[in-house]
Amino acid sequence: MASLDLPMIWAGLLALAVFMYVLLDGFDLGVGILFPFAARDQDRDDMMNSVAPVWDGNETWLILGGGGLFAAFPKAYAAFMPAVYMPIGFMLTALIFRGVAFEFRFKASGSARRIWDQAFHWGSVVATFSQGLILGALVQGISLEDGRFSGGMFDWLTPFSFVTGCALVWGYALLGSTWLIIKTEGELLAWSRITALVSAVVVLLMIAVVSFWMPAIDVLAAERWGLRYPHIDWSRLLPLTPIPLLVGVAFWQLVRSVRRGHTYMPYLFSVALFLLGYVGLLVGIFPYIVPYGLTIHEAAAAPNSQALLLVGALVMLPLILGYTAYVYWVFRGKVSADASYH
Amino acid sequence: MTDTLDMTLLARLQFAFTVSFHIIFPSFTIGLASYLAVLEGLWLKTKNEIFLNLYRFWVKIFAVSFGMGVVSGLVMSYQFGTNWSLFSEATGNVLGPLLGYEVLTAFFLEASFLGIMLFGWNKVGPRLHFASTVIVALGTLLSAFWILSANSWMHTPAGYELRDGIFYTTSWMEVIFNPSFPYRFSHMVLAAYLTTSLVVGAVGAYHLLKRTRLQAARVMMLMALPFIATVSIMQLVAGHEHGVNVHEYQPAKVAAMEGAWETREGAPLLLFALPDQEAEKNHLEIGIPKLASLVVTGSLDGELTGLKAWPVDERPPVAWVFWSFRVMVGLGMLMIGLGLVGVWLLWRGSLEQRRWFLRACIAMGPTGFIAVLAGWITAEVGRQPYTVYGLMRTADSVSPVTAEAVATSLIVFVFVYGIVFTAGMYYMLRLARRGPDERASTPPPDDNLRPPLGALLGRRRDETAEVKA
Repeated sequence: MASLDLPMIWAGLLALAVFMYVLLDGFDLGVGILFPFAARDQDRDDMMNSVAPVWDGNETWLILGGGGLFAAFPKAYAAFMPAVYMPIGFMLTALIFRGVAFEFRFKASGSARRIWDQAFHWGSVVATFSQGLILGALVQGISLEDGRFSGGMFDWLTPFSFVTGCALVWGYALLGSTWLIIKTEGELLAWSRITALVSAVVVLLMIAVVSFWMPAIDVLAAERWGLRYPHIDWSRLLPLTPIPLLVGVAFWQLVRSVRRGHTYMPYLFSVALFLLGYVGLLVGIFPYIVPYGLTIHEAAAAPNSQALLLVGALVMLPLILGYTAYVYWVFRGKVSADASYH
Repeated sequence: MTDTLDMTLLARLQFAFTVSFHIIFPSFTIGLASYLAVLEGLWLKTKNEIFLNLYRFWVKIFAVSFGMGVVSGLVMSYQFGTNWSLFSEATGNVLGPLLGYEVLTAFFLEASFLGIMLFGWNKVGPRLHFASTVIVALGTLLSAFWILSANSWMHTPAGYELRDGIFYTTSWMEVIFNPSFPYRFSHMVLAAYLTTSLVVGAVGAYHLLKRTRLQAARVMMLMALPFIATVSIMQLVAGHEHGVNVHEYQPAKVAAMEGAWETREGAPLLLFALPDQEAEKNHLEIGIPKLASLVVTGSLDGELTGLKAWPVDERPPVAWVFWSFRVMVGLGMLMIGLGLVGVWLLWRGSLEQRRWFLRACIAMGPTGFIAVLAGWITAEVGRQPYTVYGLMRTADSVSPVTAEAVATSLIVFVFVYGIVFTAGMYYMLRLARRGPDERASTPPPDDNLRPPLGALLGRRRDETAEVKA
């Protein structure tokens, strides 16, 4: 094991876990964001039924993200969590409300049902917005002294993090819309196509705003991207231009596949958009795990700790991906009444 | 300094509140998942609709409880970082992989196959559905394995080396199978099974009293009462063994459990006392001579070390430990009594005429949860003032965040959990009151029940006929 760069492997695995979380829980949070805007109660039932069998597994990737950070990079976990104390709290309480709403809504009737509808919607919105705040707080940098958090309780709250919060809400709405294109029929399908197009346009704008803003507040990202305003360093920017160009291509293909009535393509191109945005962010903060005070190597757990869990991850992750795929296959196709509850 | 103290107290309060809320649901779902697997297995084997109806009934309650367990567990996995970052930093090398294994081997398994369990009836065949239920049950036990291993390590750390305030692992086997782990794990799993069977017994008794869902209620009682009798006695043995282990590794906790201030031979077992931390003595003691020494050391004249043997700042809050321990043991004794009387009444065939006993079953329904909470209070308050026993103090474990932030989030959690708990309890109780649907076109006559259920139920055949008419 000595020759392996364990911290880098773990950074890669964690990046994968976070991305899996975004692309899976992203669509069920997105369905919650879109929830009250659907035309009929029947549509809302279908929307909820389309994610009810899988949301729990999706959310487990978030626990893997938190648990994996604790296990593989305890110093980063200890430094970062206090810095985002409040948005983490918002996210958790929101996830509580929307998580129980799945069960409670099916068991409630009349006005109580409306309450859990609201809990599902607002829980999804607040959880997503908080995740965007946390992302923004991470990207703009955390105040550390001797590797420990030394900032204030409101450091995370900036115009930049507010924008990343909004961006993520629209991003998950896009994933939710394209998921509904896969799972629904008739009027709800037509409606999902419209919400997919609207959110795709907003997401593209948001990607542009964050891309040009990030170098302005973050010296390292400015250097990486060659965007030290007003100076532009083309020798650095040019090799990275495939990323924004591919964003354009993915957006174009996304819009085209929605308009042509494809079933799976819109979701896959939305995932591609997310992947490109994600890579763009990582380019801006690598090799830091807590920008700009702790690098991946500085924050790493002891080698034997990382090695032990790596063995488990290498055995278990393919299994997890396998049976997750199986569960999705079991519930494949359009959501219908025979997938009724219990 | 004052701020650190306030912060520590608030962080402890928040942890105590959120973890107490959380443990209620796993205690129930661990047992219920296994019960569901048994029910579905019996249905597949006997094709008796009663087992299927019972499955469909309990799986709804399971879903509510599981959902609340998941969301409250998510809070726990982030709270280590938000409120206890210095603890996380110091123990991450050791505890991180254990929690990581819990997520990888248990959480994904449970969450993924729960979907099939709840929504897959028309999507997969009965055998695959049964396999999903078994997998979920297995997942709950695996989860208990890892989290209790991590918790036990904090009580009886082993296989580590401490350098510059950071723990490093020297032997994973010693870490995972640390000295108190086997005791704590078996004690907790038995507690979960016992808790669930008490709830099943209470719901069965309720319907026998109301004379509704009689067939299903009888099966529930037949399954629950002998189980309660057996497991509560096993729990007495397991609990005692655990206590002996605690005495070996955490004698100060045992001293607090027994309310023993002075070191003495032949210490009495106190039935009642009001421990006074400042005065270092008890008020209004009532006890049985020499019994504590016998229970803890195995000899009437065994020596029990008193709390005064430890400096004041290394003693746990005695009254909490003393009383929570008594609540747990007292309820355990009542459970044994309930189980034995229940089995006797079943044997005599007079269970349904003994309305007082059915009422007792209902009253005992929630006692599993109370005993679990009391037991955990004994364990966790009893190891104060340490997070990693003898090595890392609670006050040195908290995050560099303000007391205001912790107080605010604590208030929010209390508020949110209050709403969610109330609603969840309401829905679960409503489901329990409605009882299992009798979906079979006509309820099968008692003769269709295969032995041994048919044999036992046969004693009341006349009465059933009456009710059906």
